[in-house]
Amino acid sequence: MSKALTLALFLIAGPAWADWQLNMNEGVTALSREIFDLHMLIFWICVSIGVVVFGVMFYSIFKHRKSKGAVAEHWHENTTVEVIWTVVPFVILISMAVPATATLIEMYDTSEADVDIQITGYQWKWRYQYLDEDIDFFSNLSTPRDEIANAAAKNPNYLLEVDNPLVIPAKKKVRFLITANDVIHSWWVPNFAVKKDAIPGFINESWVNVEEPGVYRGQCTELCGKEHGFMPIVVEVKSETDYAKWVADQKAMTLVMADEASKEFLIDDLIAKGEDVYNTACAGCHQPNGQGIPGAFPAITGSAIATGAIDAHIDIIVNGRAGTAMQAFKEQLSAVDIAAVVTYQRNALGNSVGDLVQPSAIQK
Amino acid sequence: MATVDVDLPHVKDEDPHHHGPAKGIGRWLFTTNHKDIGSMYLIFSLCMFMIGGIMALIIRAELFQPGLQLVEPNFFNQMTTMHGLIMVFGAVMPAFVGLANWMIPMQIGAPDMALPRMNNWSFWILPFAFLILLSSLFMPGGAPNFGWTFYAPLSTTYAPESVTFFIFGVHIMGASSIMGAINIIATILNMRAPGMTLMKMPLFVWTWLITAFLLIAVMPVLAGVVTMMLMDIHFGTSFFNAAGGGDPVLFQHVFWFFGHPEVYIMILPAFGIISEIIPTFARKRLFGYSSMVYAVASIALLSFVVWAHHMFTVGMPLVGEVFFMFATMLIAVPTGVKVFNWIATMFRGSMTFETPMLFALAFVVLFTIGGFSGLMLAIAPADFQYHDTYFVVAHFHYVLVPGAIFSIMAATYYWLPKWTGHQLNETMGKFHFWLSFVGVNITFFPMHFVGLAGMPRRIPDYALQFADFNSMASVGAFIFGFSQLVFIYNIIRNVRVGEKATAQVWEGANGLEWTLPSPAPYHTFSTPPKVG
Repeated sequence: MSKALTLALFLIAGPAWADWQLNMNEGVTALSREIFDLHMLIFWICVSIGVVVFGVMFYSIFKHRKSKGAVAEHWHENTTVEVIWTVVPFVILISMAVPATATLIEMYDTSEADVDIQITGYQWKWRYQYLDEDIDFFSNLSTPRDEIANAAAKNPNYLLEVDNPLVIPAKKKVRFLITANDVIHSWWVPNFAVKKDAIPGFINESWVNVEEPGVYRGQCTELCGKEHGFMPIVVEVKSETDYAKWVADQKAMTLVMADEASKEFLIDDLIAKGEDVYNTACAGCHQPNGQGIPGAFPAITGSAIATGAIDAHIDIIVNGRAGTAMQAFKEQLSAVDIAAVVTYQRNALGNSVGDLVQPSAIQK
Repeated sequence: MATVDVDLPHVKDEDPHHHGPAKGIGRWLFTTNHKDIGSMYLIFSLCMFMIGGIMALIIRAELFQPGLQLVEPNFFNQMTTMHGLIMVFGAVMPAFVGLANWMIPMQIGAPDMALPRMNNWSFWILPFAFLILLSSLFMPGGAPNFGWTFYAPLSTTYAPESVTFFIFGVHIMGASSIMGAINIIATILNMRAPGMTLMKMPLFVWTWLITAFLLIAVMPVLAGVVTMMLMDIHFGTSFFNAAGGGDPVLFQHVFWFFGHPEVYIMILPAFGIISEIIPTFARKRLFGYSSMVYAVASIALLSFVVWAHHMFTVGMPLVGEVFFMFATMLIAVPTGVKVFNWIATMFRGSMTFETPMLFALAFVVLFTIGGFSGLMLAIAPADFQYHDTYFVVAHFHYVLVPGAIFSIMAATYYWLPKWTGHQLNETMGKFHFWLSFVGVNITFFPMHFVGLAGMPRRIPDYALQFADFNSMASVGAFIFGFSQLVFIYNIIRNVRVGEKATAQVWEGANGLEWTLPSPAPYHTFSTPPKVG
């Protein structure tokens, strides 16, 4: 039945996939268009060399074949010709290197930015910190797991959608400071022509100046482990006034969150909320059913930690475990989220410890 | 190569020194005969080619449609990693060493390799290296899953436990390659027949001589980098661990200092093979022999100063980017010279199109396409858009599959009659060629498009706009994969049956190996021929 459903969904979704894009996007910045032009220039140079070289080759394949009575000539050297076909490619290359170097110099000019944003790669999510605004949040894949497992129809932004997009102002020079928390990631938005590796211990710089508001999507482009294919990037470019409003909203939200953390919750509310947190933050490794992957990621179901002392359980989520893929979630999750996910893990996924923890008890 | 006038020594089988092969399994375990060892290398590499190919088909089957259907992401990563490692170290490199073992002594008029016992050893440690590597698939936590480039710290702090076995396996492969390279250099420099000066050597010998120097230069670097990983994993060092004051980018510099020459290790012998085959079937001497030699040598030298073009996005200083961009673009010059020379060899020749020639012609065209995308990748600003996308996957598969692997197939068909004594069944050979040619292009050409459209490499699932070309690539991969069964059939059939081959085999063939009877006797050139 479920297979039939999948097939039906596939047939419906099929036509919507018809997208035979052949070339790079021009992108939406002056720099991305410059890079696109370089790409087309070198492409056409290659095509013209190809036409000449393969032209001569196919000409001799058709003309100089034994079955047509061709008799081999005996020459096998010609210094003039050899010098020519060494020098000509050299000259073409120089003509190519000059504009490429100019573009490169421009790409490396990260001075005088209007907005500075630190981007940190985590397994498998992005963290965005606005250095001048005290805004700090994580951005996770928001595509439902059902769609990935082919149990639901895939939406048009399948695998290219997140819970909290990066928001930047249009017509401003935005500087990105890119680093990583665990392994190497790479932050790429094709329409900006910005791709920079996020490396633990290093801070790389890149910048963008987008002319028009819009939503632009990209992905992590450096293999970073199991969920490498599932850490997209979404950037919302807003007009200056919309951006200012968004910044104000974010600050107001921080206050609401702090207020939430002092409330008392019922166990059922925590479990319900915890399930969402679990599916976003934990299920990638420990699996949606809590079984983990033997040898790689431990199970939550029946684990000594999730069924043992609650303080140790909270501690491993808050501080992580050094030297393993278990990262510290204190920066990533609010006190409410941590309380919820701890309570969920102890009372669901086959566990039934029966206790709960309130957000106020979470010591970050 | 200069046309050779040869005093053919009489093959005296009754001579007491000319004993045949030993009987039973002992022949293969203890053999020091370059032909036996060459055959073992070739059969081993064919087995690895099939195993790596099955992994590629698992990858392509998963990528046939968006969504996760067959394998989970962690296993997918194990497949991409093992596919890369097995194809590079298990299929392509041993195949070229096998061809070198068979052909170099016969092409330079030597009775065997210079160091026959080491030759046996360098082969026999290889199956163990790959058993160790493959056994990691069955270990808890699974096989290496960090890509064949194994960037730290994903391959150190965050690696599955089997990484230690991977390191041990790489050490053994490296030892095998270094011994093979020493043997080839010693053979070529010391055992050439009288009169065979360096500039009279066949190009296959020349390209292998240069390749062997590359191997000796860079395999120790690979050994060094995996040893540093081992220290980080087990002995508390922090070479690549930023938290301990180490540098993850250092890993990439060391790896690619090995890795870039490594990719030429996989293509220079191919240049040699193509430079043997085209003159034979064009019935015309190779155009620009000496410029071919100089071109190979300059490609080899340049390969040491271009490594960081694999790392344009790591945040190198601007001068670094510019230097590596210029150096990389320079490689196009000698590579272009080679392609022009091959075409000039065909020009006003008298061509026929037997199976080896078809593979060689496809090599020239498709390798050149891979070269073009390589030139595009060299343009650093544009590389920011290409880097780590399927455009790169398309590029290196074009130079490795219809490049290196087609050259190995061309060489197999070209020299098989000399090895087995049977003429080739041209119909079946051509059938294999056309299936492979069509399959390869359906597989890898669409990858250029999805790469440019923005699909990153090494992902088990992808956004919907990449679906069409991915399905197409998967269909092509299955065509290409299954058409290799025809290749195996052709080889087995040729070993067993076929019209008796003449000594020269191909009408236009020229060189010492074609002066020997087909099949080549177990011992050849015990008395060196005279090359005039």
